[in-house]
Amino acid sequence: MPEAGPPTPFPAAAVQELVIEAGRTERHYWADLWRYRELLGFLAWRDLKVRYKQAVLGAGWALIQPIITTAIFTFVFGRLAGMPSGGVPYPVLVLAGLLPWQLFSNSLNGTSNSVVGNSHLISKVYFPRLIIPLSSLAVAIVDFLIVLALFLVISLWFGTVPGWQWLVLPVFILLALLLALGAGLWLTSLTVKYRDFRYLVPFLLQVGLFVSPVGYRTDNFPNWRALMALNPLTGIIDGFRWCLLGGAQQLDPRSLVVSVLAIAVLLGGGLWYFRKTERQFADVI
Amino acid sequence: MSAIIVEGLSKRYQIGHERSHDTLRDALSHGARNLWSRLRNPGNDSTTLEEFWALRDVSLRVEPGEVVGIIGRNGAGKSTLLKILSRITEPTTGSVRLRGRVASLLEVGTGFHPELTGRENIFLNGAILGMQRAEIRRKFDEIVAFAEIDRFLDTPVKRYSSGMYVRLAFAVAAHLEPEILIVDEVLAVGDAQFQQKCLGKMQAIAADQGRTILFVSHNLKAVEHLCSRGLLLERGRIVMNDTAHKVVADYLHRVAAQPRANVARALNDELDLTGLSFAPATGRTREPLEFTLTFRAKRECVLQDLHLFFYNSFGERATILDLRDTASPGGLRPVPAGRQLHIAGCIARLMLVEGNYRVGFTLRTARHFETCHDLADLPITAPPSQGGLQPYAPEYQGAVLLDHEFTARID
Repeated sequence: MPEAGPPTPFPAAAVQELVIEAGRTERHYWADLWRYRELLGFLAWRDLKVRYKQAVLGAGWALIQPIITTAIFTFVFGRLAGMPSGGVPYPVLVLAGLLPWQLFSNSLNGTSNSVVGNSHLISKVYFPRLIIPLSSLAVAIVDFLIVLALFLVISLWFGTVPGWQWLVLPVFILLALLLALGAGLWLTSLTVKYRDFRYLVPFLLQVGLFVSPVGYRTDNFPNWRALMALNPLTGIIDGFRWCLLGGAQQLDPRSLVVSVLAIAVLLGGGLWYFRKTERQFADVI
Repeated sequence: MSAIIVEGLSKRYQIGHERSHDTLRDALSHGARNLWSRLRNPGNDSTTLEEFWALRDVSLRVEPGEVVGIIGRNGAGKSTLLKILSRITEPTTGSVRLRGRVASLLEVGTGFHPELTGRENIFLNGAILGMQRAEIRRKFDEIVAFAEIDRFLDTPVKRYSSGMYVRLAFAVAAHLEPEILIVDEVLAVGDAQFQQKCLGKMQAIAADQGRTILFVSHNLKAVEHLCSRGLLLERGRIVMNDTAHKVVADYLHRVAAQPRANVARALNDELDLTGLSFAPATGRTREPLEFTLTFRAKRECVLQDLHLFFYNSFGERATILDLRDTASPGGLRPVPAGRQLHIAGCIARLMLVEGNYRVGFTLRTARHFETCHDLADLPITAPPSQGGLQPYAPEYQGAVLLDHEFTARID
């Protein structure tokens, strides 16, 4: 094609065209997200590296907190309140519930602060913003895996051998992550505009720790199970206990349905709200 | 086929809406007040929001291989234009068509983490700027050589001097290979020698590889030198689009005629700049000049670097004023949240040749690197000549005065 001016040094087929307009939803958003997957990896790697570089105890911190919480809950719920453990050593019972709880609460904490915490990137570079909350999950996942290893050691110590139910565990891990991500997407986009939501998260998590069956079993309260099932975490925590304690915990289908529905609503809505507001992040932040 | 086509681009910010609704309570009370006043006088839409057009109806075409310099005062809309082209913010109206891979460099070292080493930051920063891991690995040695930091490759960047920091950051960015490169005032940091090297690199990119470059700078000499075309922005509009040489000449003419707005501004989530002043407001050569610089900390932060820049009317740096804390180790100066940092001092004798200077600053905390090259004006005049001699013309005198004495003797 004869044209005036300097020849284009790039073959026409390789040249991509980008159109920027008000209110134009990026057509290539999901393709872009895939193209930027390496950035996702780098941001996750940065968070992990910084976390363990600055702390002298490093991975030790990931263990200290659950060990102390397990000891306290065993004492309060197992000894003082004398709740039945269903034949499982009480510390093992608590730790099996603490695992999903910590995965959820660390993930929620990380995602809900992620956008404001990376404001310097948002105001200077383009990339699909969804990468930020996604990459913030890495620290929570690594901490979780460390505690999972601790759980394995402790349960073997108490003589519990892992059953075939362990194979189902990835499903419940995914559910816990998706639930945290769904809520986190709402919170992180709302925090950009209303910093109040920063104070909401610690409060929610504090309440959640006691409302959810972390220190006790749902099997102990057959009359309250229906009410407890309204908490989307109940199904996930019960699921974890069912996997980790070799079936010494009943699975309540109602609570599982609530969990899956809550995830669908929170994650669907969270994605929609995040995508809707992310275009203004740089202007508001 | 043009590389960049901008048509009718405008960007509106709503001050007092997006800025002040930091808390939910504000939003709720504002909403309630709005509702109340709408109920009382329907039809009168009581938006008390102040609108501010950062860009107004900007249209522009850039051909492949062109290097376009954008100049204008602070607040003229230069950065907003670059932010829209970089997809960081959305336009309010209008459209942009970009043909080719775009990379933008709006800040040196975006995403650098102080705790990570130089090596780690090369990878992180490269990925943030849109490079693939394999690409970074391939260019790694070249980047390190360009930055001249090989001995400090495994030192956390928080221990780097600001010169090293900037060199490393620019080295990563210089090795991007986009078809369109968008650069905001990043060359002005760093030492003169490195600036030359960066300019040379940019020139090579544009000339040999046919890249399109959009370049914002206060360094008018660099714009004249590097750019084939210049754009002059004023209050969000393009007021001139011509050869770089003509645009620079016109800008110098306009700047001399304009008074300047207040210097106070929000810098980032840590600090606000609350004031910069000189006494006397018009400096006099060879006489003392007092300066005051104030910041307010919104959250606790530690200042690692702070200095003022003095640019002559061509945008060439005349000198800097080092304001780092020499008394504390590493020059770290913590500022508690909610407090003012008040820096005042005196230049004993102002040894700059008369002329109109512009003053800017750079500051660095653990989390931010802020640079502003055009913050305040400082006109400097010379006292009437002594001894009835005709003074030399300022252009003839060069940049600095010397504090000298001499005797002459005839033997």
